[in-house]
Amino acid sequence: MTTILFIEQVLNGLQFGVMLFLMAAGLTLVFGVMGLINLAHGSLYMVGAFAAAAVAGATGSFLLALIAALAAAAAAGALVELLIIRRLYARDHLDQVLATFALILIFSEGTRWLFGSFPLYLDIPDYLSGPVTLPGGIHYPLYRLALIAAGLAVAAGLFLLISRTRLGIQIRAGESDREMIAALGVDISKLYTIVFALGAALAGLAGALVGAIQSVQVGMGEPVLILAFVVIVIGGIGSIKGALIGALMVGLTSTLGSIAMPALFRMFMDNSAASATGSAVSSMLIYILMAAVLVWRPKGLFGGAV
Amino acid sequence: MNREFLINMVLLLGLAVVPLWAMAGDAPFTITLATKVAILALAGVGLNIALGIGGLISLGHAAFFGIGGYAMGILASHAQSYTALMEWPILIEGTKFMPVIWLVAVAASALAALVIGALSLRTSGVYFIMITLAFGQMFYFFAISWPAYGGEDGLSIYVRNGFPGLNTLVPIHFFGICYSLLVLALWFNACLAKSPFGLALNASRQCPERVETVGLSPFRLRLTAFVISGAITGLSGALFADLNRFVSPTMFSWQTSGEIMVFIILGGVGRLYGPVAGAALFITLEHFLGGLSEYWHIYLGVLLLLVVLFARGGIIGMLAGRQVAHD
Amino acid sequence: MKLKSLIAAASLAALGTAAMAEGPVKVGMITTLSGGGAGLGIDVRDGFMLAAKMAGNDNLSVVIEDDQRKPEIAVQLADKMIQSDKVDVLTGIIWSNLAMAVVPAATAQGKFYLSPNAGPSALAGKGCDKNYFNVAWQNDNLHEAAGGYANSAGFKNSFILAPNYPAGQDALTGYKRLYKGGLAGEVFTQLGQKDYASEIAQIRASGADSVFFFLPGGMGISFLKQYADSGLDLPVVGPAFSFDQGILQAVGDAAMGVKNTSQWNKDIDNAANAAFVTAFQAEYGRLPSLYASQGYDTANLLLSAMAKADVGDADAFRAALMAADFDSVRGDFKFSANHHPIQDIYVREVIKEGDVYTNKIIGTALEDHSNVYVDECKM
Repeated sequence: MTTILFIEQVLNGLQFGVMLFLMAAGLTLVFGVMGLINLAHGSLYMVGAFAAAAVAGATGSFLLALIAALAAAAAAGALVELLIIRRLYARDHLDQVLATFALILIFSEGTRWLFGSFPLYLDIPDYLSGPVTLPGGIHYPLYRLALIAAGLAVAAGLFLLISRTRLGIQIRAGESDREMIAALGVDISKLYTIVFALGAALAGLAGALVGAIQSVQVGMGEPVLILAFVVIVIGGIGSIKGALIGALMVGLTSTLGSIAMPALFRMFMDNSAASATGSAVSSMLIYILMAAVLVWRPKGLFGGAV
Repeated sequence: MNREFLINMVLLLGLAVVPLWAMAGDAPFTITLATKVAILALAGVGLNIALGIGGLISLGHAAFFGIGGYAMGILASHAQSYTALMEWPILIEGTKFMPVIWLVAVAASALAALVIGALSLRTSGVYFIMITLAFGQMFYFFAISWPAYGGEDGLSIYVRNGFPGLNTLVPIHFFGICYSLLVLALWFNACLAKSPFGLALNASRQCPERVETVGLSPFRLRLTAFVISGAITGLSGALFADLNRFVSPTMFSWQTSGEIMVFIILGGVGRLYGPVAGAALFITLEHFLGGLSEYWHIYLGVLLLLVVLFARGGIIGMLAGRQVAHD
Repeated sequence: MKLKSLIAAASLAALGTAAMAEGPVKVGMITTLSGGGAGLGIDVRDGFMLAAKMAGNDNLSVVIEDDQRKPEIAVQLADKMIQSDKVDVLTGIIWSNLAMAVVPAATAQGKFYLSPNAGPSALAGKGCDKNYFNVAWQNDNLHEAAGGYANSAGFKNSFILAPNYPAGQDALTGYKRLYKGGLAGEVFTQLGQKDYASEIAQIRASGADSVFFFLPGGMGISFLKQYADSGLDLPVVGPAFSFDQGILQAVGDAAMGVKNTSQWNKDIDNAANAAFVTAFQAEYGRLPSLYASQGYDTANLLLSAMAKADVGDADAFRAALMAADFDSVRGDFKFSANHHPIQDIYVREVIKEGDVYTNKIIGTALEDHSNVYVDECKM
């Protein structure tokens, strides 16, 4: 593998990682503050992508599409929280798993009912399309660089929000002692709705950003959801920092593994068989990574008491 | 005895009577549906040992279901093509003999449960849910991309495997086999729950510290429960594969794990017969709602939501009153 | 929409066909109507039902069920249709893995199976059956055609990629079968993968002069969008599955000019096709896709056999199917000895008609193309 190819793949891994972070951040926040496991987080990712595609189709503006994605996912999140999720905080994880599993069914088929069975169109805006040349002669798509930048910017914003603002203080307080902050006069149910909507908006943003280079279709959220679970388990549930580091680890492992494994098998197999076997092994790599981390640290890298 | 016992007996009898009645009325597909209920209920009974008694919320039981299925698929496909499964160091041939297949399915899924459990049980709570989910996905991806046994295409077995003295191709005979195994598993589960092991496991769910103080290891109790649970689910996987005469990686998918869990919750968590009631209701709904609308998943979702939000004890809880068997 | 029996009004005699040996035929259609892959199943169903409606044959009734793209469900539906609905003919399955699960058991029970889409090699070779007819293609066909096109386009060093599952492995084998040039790289991606940055980087580094890919559904949409954005401008060729009418709108400009191989397009010049395209648009308000054309041909094949023989006489009915005496929207159509089409496969280019992305035929890749499994099939 040449250096240029390697650097390009590292960038790809980073880009994949920051997008996973947007998904994982919402999940980990919701779990950290409310103790809720939300399987329907992937559906909010899908809502974001569909809203963006619909608005981009109607207006032609990518920026409006992103705003729509944020708004639609946040609204869907808030609505679901108010109607259903808030009845689940006091329940055990089993009820939460089942109820959010039911929400996936409703969201997926509901979206298909609204938008039809065919994938929607969402494209990169002209000003972000095409490749740029990086130092060292690497051609790399501008949009993917923009995704890395956007993801890192959101991460930075989230850290500031948590560490510097009043809402952040309440969130941190909520993570350590829910009853106490309610007793201190914080409107806890409003806080919960806000946190849930915030997590939903991040998922929706990820869906819209990624939807521009992938396909916008029903069921797009669940594979990402499972990867996001892996991320927060590696990083430690409830930890934003853990989510970021876990996301980057998963992104890089997955991207680099998918080229390293076939190359490894090519040393003692013919080309076709090596590609097939290598691809089979690389698809399991991140789960092996997760198992390894958990054996070493059962609460993830940055997990506290849960 | 009490109302729950009565309901249980009605359920069990009902599941036996429906296919007999269907046989008389020449509605063979109803027998197939009843067989499916029995098999999926068996999968639920397996999960119920970990979940109901042990409080281990495993979202990865599809792994054992699939391993059981593939145990059947691999053995039967070798028998079907008259090729040896392994020639070195010892010769292993395929088989179409159900009891052997069951043994292999149980052993293989128990072994997998031992490894997955030993790793996953180091964690608890929501970590456990997610790590079991991820292990299930790992098997799923492996099954899809591993070309030896059909990959995503799966394996078709042309003739159902045999059982001595019965013609398994006759729907009611095969139903009889599945039903008997379900009853056996229910009986085993009932004994287990009352055994010292079951009591200790139940205690380690409610208060692990106390269990530790009396000198028992909650980890070992849970691991044992997880292995037994995986083995029973594996057995049901082998039966499910035989019902369809087909195995594929979808048996490993996380939706399968979700559905097995849905059976338990629909029926009532911690109820011995919960999975039977849940599976029966789920299959009936799937059959009839599926006929009503292309978008029937929406109705199913709403119904599940209503059960979680308003009918917490599941069906058996609604019918038998609120006292939960294990708490 | 499921479980609606269609009993159309007008009689066959009104259409002027000689109604001899006409007996009722009950068709069980198992296809994907919910979930992510529903678009394909809906097209096959609509194409099939359109032909049934246009024929107005009282003797044809259809039971439709949704397989949710799950092989286990498909098997159970087949059992139900055979045991309860007592169907004579099964059809509708989109995916090869579902076909592999259903077809052997159905044909073993003496039912006819007409495949409107999937054509796995196992059912064309050793696993062929006298009651199994494929009206679409053998799975390898469109990939072989892509290899044939690559030769005529002068490609010498292709980079080829497909998902790591049986149909993907067959696709690369199919391409290599007729393609004479060298390979710059051969990559198996994960099934369902949506990010191809890593593969595109490998293509760029490989020094390839062309790219062949088989990535059905959303995978293809993702690949094409990312490929177009990467600035790579190597020629791309693939089978029609990533370029059918249903998903082309989701790919958009990224697909413009891409060559793909198909046995059908809406501009094939014959009366049957013109009637089909017009009627489909009038009935459903959208352009027909490849899958709709296959569903339509499947129904017409069945109707042509019904006009000649009673389904109760399996040998006569089979001979009537084998004769393929219907006006295919593809033009010439006949069956090979293993019951798969012998047909022309075209090269299409993606163009824009007004606001709608669609395909235009620019040449013929392979003429009267059959499949390589004929000799393996012993009926």
